[in-house]
Amino acid sequence: MAEVRLNDVQKVYPNGFKAIHGIDIDITDGEFIVLVGPSGCGKSTLLRMIAGLETVSDGEIHIGERMVNQLEPADRDIAMVFQNYALYPHMSCYDNMAYGLRNKGMPKDEIEKRVREAAEILELAQLLDRRPRQLSGGQRQRIAMGRAIVREPSVFLFDEPLSNLDAKLRVQMRVEIRKLQRNLGTTSVYVTHDQVEAMTMADRLVVMNEGVAEQIGTPIEVYERPATMFVAGFIGSPAMNFMDAKVEGEEVVVGGKLHFPMPNGTGALEAGREVSLGIRPEHLDLGGNGDVGLPIKVELVEHLGADTLVYGYLPWDTQNLVTLRMQGSQEFPAGHEITLTVSHDHLHLFDKQSGKRI
Amino acid sequence: MIENRPWLAVLSHLVLLVGVAVIVLPIWITFVASTHPGEVLMQAPIPMWPGDKFLENYALVLGAGVEDAGGVPVGVMLLNSLIMALSITFGKIAISIIAAYAIVYFEFPFRMFCFWIIFITLMLPVEVRILPTFAVVANLEMLNTYAGLSVPLIASATATFLFRQFFLTVPEELCEAARIDGAGPFKFFIDILLPLSRTNMAALFVILFIYGWNQYLWPLLVTTDESYYTIVMGIQRMVNVSEQLPVWNLVMATTILAMLPPVIVVVGMQKLFVKGLVEVEK
Amino acid sequence: MHKKVIFRHRWLPYALLFPQLAITIVFFIWPASQALYQSVLLEDAFGLSSKFVALENFIALFEDPHYLGSFKVTIVFSVAVAFLSMGFSLLLAVMADRVIKGSMAYKTLLIWPYAIAPAVSGVLWFFMFNPTVGINAWLLRQMGYDWNHYLDGGDALLLIIIASAWQQISYNFLFFLAGLQAIPRSLIEAAAIDGASPMKRFWTIIFPLLSPTTFFLLVVNIVYAFFGTFGVVHATTDGGPYGATSILVYKVFNDGFVGLDLGGSAAQSVILMAIVIGLTVVQFRYVERQVEY
Repeated sequence: MAEVRLNDVQKVYPNGFKAIHGIDIDITDGEFIVLVGPSGCGKSTLLRMIAGLETVSDGEIHIGERMVNQLEPADRDIAMVFQNYALYPHMSCYDNMAYGLRNKGMPKDEIEKRVREAAEILELAQLLDRRPRQLSGGQRQRIAMGRAIVREPSVFLFDEPLSNLDAKLRVQMRVEIRKLQRNLGTTSVYVTHDQVEAMTMADRLVVMNEGVAEQIGTPIEVYERPATMFVAGFIGSPAMNFMDAKVEGEEVVVGGKLHFPMPNGTGALEAGREVSLGIRPEHLDLGGNGDVGLPIKVELVEHLGADTLVYGYLPWDTQNLVTLRMQGSQEFPAGHEITLTVSHDHLHLFDKQSGKRI
Repeated sequence: MIENRPWLAVLSHLVLLVGVAVIVLPIWITFVASTHPGEVLMQAPIPMWPGDKFLENYALVLGAGVEDAGGVPVGVMLLNSLIMALSITFGKIAISIIAAYAIVYFEFPFRMFCFWIIFITLMLPVEVRILPTFAVVANLEMLNTYAGLSVPLIASATATFLFRQFFLTVPEELCEAARIDGAGPFKFFIDILLPLSRTNMAALFVILFIYGWNQYLWPLLVTTDESYYTIVMGIQRMVNVSEQLPVWNLVMATTILAMLPPVIVVVGMQKLFVKGLVEVEK
Repeated sequence: MHKKVIFRHRWLPYALLFPQLAITIVFFIWPASQALYQSVLLEDAFGLSSKFVALENFIALFEDPHYLGSFKVTIVFSVAVAFLSMGFSLLLAVMADRVIKGSMAYKTLLIWPYAIAPAVSGVLWFFMFNPTVGINAWLLRQMGYDWNHYLDGGDALLLIIIASAWQQISYNFLFFLAGLQAIPRSLIEAAAIDGASPMKRFWTIIFPLLSPTTFFLLVVNIVYAFFGTFGVVHATTDGGPYGATSILVYKVFNDGFVGLDLGGSAAQSVILMAIVIGLTVVQFRYVERQVEY
């Protein structure tokens, strides 16, 4: 068990491309941290730097008491689960799990004990003699987990471990990994591009974009108070609606017609400042008694069963679709006009230039 | 087949049977000739059905050889061929797989330069540098040795490329997982890469064994001592006997013996052979 | 070119490359450079001294009717071997691709000449065409043709062409068959629906789609005919009669090893080297192009 500290960690490739722009994270002992972001945001690179598979260009990585920048992966007291499992195809599952322990020179009976234990936990006992190619995707995933567990490392590293599984299995494994991690109490860093996985599994999320950590916080913090427009748009599905707006006195005005009150906690802003107003689709109400009414012309309706998604335009802005998510099922003909309301607690205000939350 | 035209199917089989005949007949005739006494093969037409001297002829060439051609027992030549072919095969596989490993898995100065040096060997077959290569081998005192027969032939660009190609298809995560499991470059190579390369090595074995066995010009250059003759080049001495007719029944028995080992390898390992052939040329 | 994950080690990669590089340099690059060097020198009759003569050896070669004759023989020989072997193999591959029953058996029966050395193939046909005992020579005589490759240059050339082409059939057959099987069935079915007869389908659909394989094999066969057939000639006709079968590789061996003409043989080696390099470049440019598809 250990804490992990990243101190202004940077990655610059030989061709000059800067993949990671200086990231600070303090991960406490036993915490489950999820690095989430679109592909190419640097989340995998960061994980691989913690693993020791990529060199650190600048900054420091500490695992426990040790600065590990120069240590070989095997000496960092970590274990990693890969997206494609990376099982050795010519070895039995038992040997896959035992290989790292043997390389450490661990006595045979101790290895046997650890592998049997891990197999017990993961319900793999019958599979130990088989080769990886004889197993299903889910079973391979478990073997890969087993290989990580038997090392009894200070830190687990997961690199999109569920993305090769089908949707149903993914949900099941998600729950299992989380349960297992809680029982073992091992500090974990988990990379995914799937925001549902990130929200459901994380103690804390690190939302990354273009090599920068846009926000670090609990799932609820990130959802309720996104620090930037990027985070607001990335977390939550369907994505948040954004509207260009201008500050006028105590109000925020959209398209010169809709007057919203300042969201809670926002101080006085200079008049005429260009801002972006964000409203989540699930916070828009059909009719209802919100503060402001948005007149929407319906374009398209999608039925998800439990929910209905309605897409439409404001009369003066036919460029940006506004999305509404409502419970139950309701039919609207295209072209139908409806009025949506929103409570002022659910308004998010961002600076138009920097994208930062105001 | 798209449409049902019976005569087309019949035609296909007919053409294929002609093809098989073209392939098989010469070998049948050779075999038949090797089972008759020498007198029968003095005048055309020769018999088309095997005679009764099979054991006699083969025992004679294997044990004593053909007198007019120096009398080297074919058994000795077969053994020499086997030693040469296996040395070339294993030598090529061994030095190519480690060279490919260095090129794919290491970063070091002059990596590309080394790659090009190996590549150049493709453009320099023995045939274009006969005399100077002979001089090098003579200076190293490797004439009439097994080392002289095999070592100069074991550099191989194609085998190196094949392994390089294969290593590039091995997922990178496998190497990363091995590093996390504490395997350094030696352990990774022995424990992971080598076992994964088994099929490729076997396929290459078939191709290279045939290549090694069928060498002709090289043994012709570096052996003057008859006890180092290989069978493929040895036959020529029996055919080109000066001022006499070749002893055809014995020559044909030797010919059958010369083609037997590589044919057994190809037919016995047909799948691997086809795989090896296609991959080497990729 | 290489992996994202790489090991760092100061001497290991060099140690791994050492055997391959050492053999390459000692037995390939050094002798080749020696050949280049000797090709511009002239040795005196006793091999005691030599002087620089620039391109004289090359000029002498191209003024030598024997060398020019050898060049001509080689070209006729290569083209004939390539067309004979490829044509026959293509026919067999197309038929083998059609048949359903027994295609595996045909394949097995057709591939094994690959294992037979060119020299051995030469001896097989040398025997069958032998004027006194050969079955083929006897058949030809029954038809009124007096075959004798010991005396008739044309007969001798035909003999080595047949022996060389026969040995190469299985190689060509395997690659043609693989090429045919890679053509999507749906294309041929579409052509059949468009009303093209089997013959027409072959010439308008299959043959054009097969052209990358055909081109690749053409280069391979020419390289084979130039450099792989030394054994066929040396084991049978010995370049004769009167140089009728003296292909370039045979001549370079004969002039250097038997005739001991150092400079001339070296110059011939250099010309052969240029030919291999040219053919290799053609082949690799073609492979590169294929990668783009």
